[in-house]
Formats: sequence, C-alpha cells, structure tokens
Amino acid sequence: MSTDVDAGRRRFLTASVTVVGGAAAVGTVVPFVAAWQPSERARAIGAPIEVDISKLEPGGMVTAKWRGQPVWIVNRTPEILEALPGIDDRLRDPESTQDQQPDYARNEVRSIKPEILVLIGICTHLGCSPSYIKQDEAPLGTGWPGGFFCPCHGSKFDYAGRVYAGVPAPTNLVVPPHQYVSDTRILIGADGGSA
Amino acid sequence: MKGMLTGLLTWTDARFPLSKLWNEHLAKYYAPKNFNFWYFFGSLALLMLVIQIVSGIWLTMFYKPSAAEAFASVEYIMREVPMGWFIRYMHSTGASFFFLVVYLHMFRGLMYGSYKNPRELLWVIGMLIYLCMMVEGFFGYLLPWGQMSYWGAQVIISLFGALPFGIGEPLTLWIRGDYVVADATLNRFFALHVAAVPLALLALVGAHVMALHEVGSNNPDGIEIKKNKDANGIPMDGIPFHPYYTVKDIWGVAVCLILFAAVLFFAPTFFGYFIEQPNFVPANPLKTPEHIAPVWYFTPYYAILRAIPDKLTGVILMFASVLVFFILPWLDRNPIKSIRYRGTLFRLLLGSFVVVFIVLGYLGTQAPTAGGSELGFRLGEIYFSFFLIMWLYTKERTASFNYTVLGIVAVLFLFFDVIRFDSEKATLMLTSSVLVIGYYVVFVLGSMYTKLNEPKPVPERVT
Amino acid sequence: MKMKRIIAAIVFCLVPLVTLGAGGGVAPMSANTDLTNTKSLQNGARVFVNYCMGCHSIEFMRYSRLADDLGLDQDLVAEHLMFTTDTIGDPMTIAMEADDASGWFGVPPPDLSVIARARGVDWLYTYLTTFYADADPARPFGVNNLMFPDVGMPHVLWPLQGVQRYVKVDRPADVESERIQKIEPDDKGFKVTTALHVKDGPTVHVTDMLEVSMPGSMQPAEFRKTVRDLVNFLDYVGEPAKVTRFKAGYWAIILLAVFALIARALYKDYWRDVH
Repeated sequence: MSTDVDAGRRRFLTASVTVVGGAAAVGTVVPFVAAWQPSERARAIGAPIEVDISKLEPGGMVTAKWRGQPVWIVNRTPEILEALPGIDDRLRDPESTQDQQPDYARNEVRSIKPEILVLIGICTHLGCSPSYIKQDEAPLGTGWPGGFFCPCHGSKFDYAGRVYAGVPAPTNLVVPPHQYVSDTRILIGADGGSA
Repeated sequence: MKGMLTGLLTWTDARFPLSKLWNEHLAKYYAPKNFNFWYFFGSLALLMLVIQIVSGIWLTMFYKPSAAEAFASVEYIMREVPMGWFIRYMHSTGASFFFLVVYLHMFRGLMYGSYKNPRELLWVIGMLIYLCMMVEGFFGYLLPWGQMSYWGAQVIISLFGALPFGIGEPLTLWIRGDYVVADATLNRFFALHVAAVPLALLALVGAHVMALHEVGSNNPDGIEIKKNKDANGIPMDGIPFHPYYTVKDIWGVAVCLILFAAVLFFAPTFFGYFIEQPNFVPANPLKTPEHIAPVWYFTPYYAILRAIPDKLTGVILMFASVLVFFILPWLDRNPIKSIRYRGTLFRLLLGSFVVVFIVLGYLGTQAPTAGGSELGFRLGEIYFSFFLIMWLYTKERTASFNYTVLGIVAVLFLFFDVIRFDSEKATLMLTSSVLVIGYYVVFVLGSMYTKLNEPKPVPERVT
Repeated sequence: MKMKRIIAAIVFCLVPLVTLGAGGGVAPMSANTDLTNTKSLQNGARVFVNYCMGCHSIEFMRYSRLADDLGLDQDLVAEHLMFTTDTIGDPMTIAMEADDASGWFGVPPPDLSVIARARGVDWLYTYLTTFYADADPARPFGVNNLMFPDVGMPHVLWPLQGVQRYVKVDRPADVESERIQKIEPDDKGFKVTTALHVKDGPTVHVTDMLEVSMPGSMQPAEFRKTVRDLVNFLDYVGEPAKVTRFKAGYWAIILLAVFALIARALYKDYWRDVH
C-alpha cells in the first residue's frame, strides 16, 4: 500500500461527498417529514364551515362543529352587553391582552358585531366543554351575571368568554377566525387573512 | 473539543464494546483487495432492507389493514398524504430492487463458490433470508387488496390444500382464518408483514454478517487470503474494510440509487411487472381476473408449479426448487471455488442455469399455453439437472459412473414423459426433449470426451 | 466478461421461444394523451361530469383538487361541475345506490378513479370510440363494443359520435375463427383489419368498417379528439401526482448523478493506495 496520499484532495473530496450526500439525505427526509402534515382529507374535513344565524333568538346560543371542536355562537341582548364593563375587576384578563383572539376581536365585547359572540367552546384549563349558564341560573344561582361554567374544575367565563380571576383556567376562551359572508351567515375558520 | 470526544469514547468503551466492534468489523476487518462488480450487491441488499423498513413504517402510519378500507387507504396515501405517492413508490420499487439485488448477490455466490467450506452456514443463513424475503413479499402483496393481491393469495394458499392425509383443507382454513381469503387473512398478513418477518429478517441479516466476519470474505479467485499473512498476522492480500470498501460501497450505493430513482420517478409500475395492472381493481371475491400471475420474482418457481400436471407433485416440486439451494454446499464439493479456474463447461453450466431461470421467470408471467407449459416442464427438468451436474462435477468421475447417472436420469425422465403422455402433445414433447437430451450430451458426455471441463491452476495470491 | 457473453448469446437464441407464451387480445389504438395540456384536461373533466358521472363516481378525487390542478376557479367548479354536493372539498361521488345499480345494470358501474391505471389509456380510448349498433336481443342497450365484447354499458356518448354500424365484408367459406388485428381511424369511422383463419388454408386478412350510420353532433375527427380529452382526464384522475413525479425525478437524478461522480472520485483517490 503506497503512502503518497494527497491529504488536501482527500479532505476536499470527503467534504464534498459529505455535503452533496447530506443534500441528498435531506431531500429524502423532506417527504417523510411532510407526510406528517395534515392530509387533503384532514384539510377538507377541517375546512371552514358556514353557520346560519337568522333564527338565533336574543339570549340564545347555537353550537356548530369545526375541526372537531364545538363553536358557540351567542346572540347577546343589549342588557348583557351593558353589563360587561362592570365585571372587569373580577376578571384575570379583562382587556384581552393574551393572544386568544384575532385582532378584530380584541375589544371590550370580543367580537365583530357586538351582539354576536363567537367562541371555541373548550375550557382553557384542561379542555372540557363548559356549559352555558344564563344570569342567575343554577348551579351558580343569584349574583351570577351569566356566561359559561366548566363543570370539570369550576372555571368561570363571562358573556365575552373572558376568564374570571381565581379559577383554574389561565386564559380567556379562544375566538376562532371568522367572517360574516352576509348579515345572517358566518364563515367559521376563515377570515380573508385579516387576523 | 477533540479531547472531550476522546474522553467520551474512553468512557463508552469501558461500558460498551464500541471501538472493539468498530475495529473487528470495519477498520481492522481485512477483506480481499480484489473485490469486483459482483461484490457490491451485499451492501446494496442492506441498503434495500433499510429502504423497505423506513418506507414501510411510514406507510403503516396511513394504511388501513381492513378489507373495507385497505384499497381506499392506499389511494389516500397516493393522493392525499403529502408526498405519500413518493413513499408508496419507494416501497413498491424497493421490494423489486431488493429481489433483483439479492438474485445478483446469490449469483456471485454461485460463481465464486462462496457457499463452500468454511462458508456453508453463511450460505444457509443467506437462504433463510431469501425464504423470509419471499414470505414477506407474499404477505405484503395482499395488503393493497387489489384483484391480483386477492386472487394471488387465494391461489398460493390453496396450494397447501394439496397436502395429503386430511391436512390440506384444515390447514388452508387455518391460514386464512375464514372460508376464503377475507378480512381475517388481511389483518394477520399485515401483522406478520409489518412486525414478525422484519424482526426475523433483521436477526438473520445480523447472523449473516457475523457468520461472514467469522470466516472472512471469499473473493473472485476463490482463494483463502488468510493462508498468506504477513509478519503482523494481517492477510497480505487483505485491505481494511474501512476506509477502502466503505468508500467504494458509497459509490456503489450512488449508482444503485440513480437506477432506483429512475424507476421510482419515471416507471414505478415498471410496465406492469412491479405493480401489476389488475391490482388497480379492488378485490372482488366473486370475479376471478382473466390471468393470475405472481410478482416477477416468484415467477420462475410458479412456472415450474404450473408445468406439472399433478397438483400435489407440482406443489412439492415448486418448494423443492427453492429448497434445493440449501444443500448446494454439500452437492458441489469441488475444492476449486471460483468459476475462473474451473473448466469452460462449468461456465456454460452456470450461464445456462441463469438463462433457464430467466426464461422460466418469463413463462411464469404469461398466460399458460400448450407450448409454454411443455417448455416449462423441460426447463424444470433442466433446472434440477443443474444441481445434479454440480454434484457430478465435484470430482473427476469414471466413465461407468457417468453412464450410470445418465442411465438413471434417462429412466426417470422417460417415466415422467410416459405418465404425462397425451397424444395431442406427442410432437411437442418429442421436440422439446431435444433441450434435455442436448443438455446432458453437453454436460455429461462433454466432460467425458472433451477437455472442456479441465480446471486451470489456482494461483496462490489474488489476481 | 466471457461469462456475460456466453449468457447473452444463449438468451438471444432462446428469445424466439418467447412466442410460445404469447396470449390474445385486440391491440388498442394509441390515445396520445398529454397531461400537460390543461385545456384538454378541462374539456375532459366537463365531458366526464356531464356524460359519465350519472353512473360512475370517481370517489378518490376531490372537487377542490380538481380545481387546483386544472387551473379552474372554485366558483366555476361549484357552478358547472358539482351536482351532488355543495362543499368544494368533498369527493366526487354519485347519488346512485349500489343496490339499485345492480338491479338496473347487472353490476354496479365501477368507480373510475384508477380505471386508467387498470386498463391503460389506449384501451379506454379505443373502448369509448368503438361502440356499434347490435340488434341481437341479448344486448340490453342495443350496442356492442370491439374492445369489450358484450359489455353491459350503454353507448353514452352517442349524442356526440352518432351511431356506428359494423360493416363486415363477405367472408369466404370455411372460416374457422376470426381475430381483429388492428383498428385504425378513418373519415367514416374506423377500419377494422381482421384475420380470418380458414380451415386447412392460409390466413386471410380483410378490412371491415365501423361506419357512422346516424350522425351525432360531432364529426369523427372531432369526436376522437373529445374522447382523447376524456381519457386524458381519466389518466390524470388515475394519478394526479404524475406530472409532479416526473418533475421531481429530473431533479433527483441530477442530484444523485452529481453525488455519484464525487463519490467515485473519492473512491478512486483512496484506492490509489491499493496494489
């Protein structure tokens, strides 16, 4: 075996093989990683849905399903809306500083149209689905301004989905991206990129 | 940094034989320096195994192993899983390439006598790997649940029904888990294909490499390099596997991957041989396709099965045609290992075996015809005759020995022709017998009356 | 090297034996499809939805995917191609129940998602263009087909193609069997070259015709082009990723070839030490 090795050339070739081979390896790995992305079927099933609220009465709530999650649409009365600022001091994040809603819902009422509230009905504590408890209704009884109560660990949210202080849930209920395609039809899951 | 790494290595070596393994199997494993083209296929087979395992695991993430959903789940992978088509084609191309590479790897063994002492067990383990691959391919092909999947499985499983003494029918019922190939069959084949057989394959491949490293590699000259060692005990014709063969095998892998990519991206069905056209029709238990053929790598054995008019004999001979490879180390015990130093007749013998294997393979893909069946029968006779001649050529035989063998073979083959005689096929049988008679004239009479079987002197050192 | 030459020689000598294994079947005409021709695919989609989707679903295809791949606006697709659903992401299924279909047709018309892969585009093209009138009372819809004898499908495209007659030239006596050798397009329809096997005599070749006897809305050439578009569409539906696959392939092979060259250089460099 001869020993007149051009060490420089050998190092260069070894490096080139490593680099180009690495590129080929990355090219091969990319499809495998990409395969874990949601498939066409998942995206089709998770596509935005349209909800018709023409028959939603004041004080009433309708539940739709989007991406496997419950979406609440609540028709709030003027009285409910007037009472909202008064609850601020009992809430953990009354100004919605945490990123739980698109920009168009970062306001006092957390919605596009004041009377229509759109929320993902999943408690921000550990994922149970809270119940809609109207003003003074059981089990929260007299003094309860109305909103949502999670039976799992007792978290409470107001009529704008804002979380009360002193309950296990850390953040306000999530407002999903949504837009009005007409006065009575809401598209849940898309907002034309204006979030 | 380097100091840290060295320290880490010392720490590891005190607890795990890392450096020892590295040296014994790579940096200080001395392989013959004269490996040629035929010596790429071992590492390429390992590459194919890895490709199949990785692509296979990924497919399992999206495939649904039920009769109701399987076909649709494969189309789901092809269309809706991002890059799913790439992973699917990788697996289907990989299956065929795995067999192609292994057939070439086995051929190298035949050429250079790599199955001979002290490598008999190495060869047997290799044959076990080949059997596992065939079983794995068979189970895997049912999974897409197409017409060919379904009916191919139905046909092959029903072969077991030929076993006598009342074993046959209950056995096929047990294999299927139902009265016909059904959801139960699919689910168990899935479990075996994804978990059981791959585990067996991995264990056998590990054993295969260990057995190889225990005795050292053979080489194209068929001489043992350990017979000539230098002052340090290193074979004079040996070079360390790493870096010489690691670097050479990287080049081999690169070329193989170009061919692999060419098929995967431009001809993944390979004109209906890698993915058969009827398999794009969902399995229909009520409608048998016009023409059932197994995938190409099984077709030589399938041709032998079909050529034999009796079902049980056909099944036995089909299995025999695979299993006969196991006993090769004890059939051919000629001390000259490599084709380079055995006579011209030996080259012709091996060459004609390859041709017979390929033609049988082609016949197996086609619909049966009278002429094709007769040819298949004769080629089947020649197929088994190869092994007989290999045994005969183990050493110089006397004339009377050769004639006795010829006599026994003649009587046996004549007997076969008599029991399967059919006046319509008479001319066909007579004409095709020329192939067999010619074969024995060339290889038996040729070795007796010409110098064509004379060996050449085997060198001391590799060339 | 000598080994390989011996093998090659033997293989060449045995090649003629291949004919012993040959089978039957009419050779179809070439469909000459082109998956990069978007206009053709769009036309094919339109024809498929209007003429075929009454009975045949393509359940592995989604309308949204169709819109994206064929360069069609989702609203256009919704308006002109979607009849059984409102959701663009839905698969292209049909309203007909399998049980009803079995009753009406004998077997439910199969889903055609991968028909182009199962049959091939040439077969499909020839099948769809060679329907002809057949007065045999056993024929449920009064038609038969050159590629698929006694098919149970009606001649759905007759408003476009018109009705063809199978005009056979007079046969000589003692014809044992006939086999169609070749089908070629013609101004009047198709030329059908048929081999007649005469008892104890040589094989005679005749040219029968499929002639349009009752014209449809298209001339033969235009109809053939329309079927080509339809079959092109089915080829796309069979494997939507095909064009992507080719493009990715070019890059993959170029990259691998570069890698191979550098790997070889490294191998050769190390091996200068040996011998």
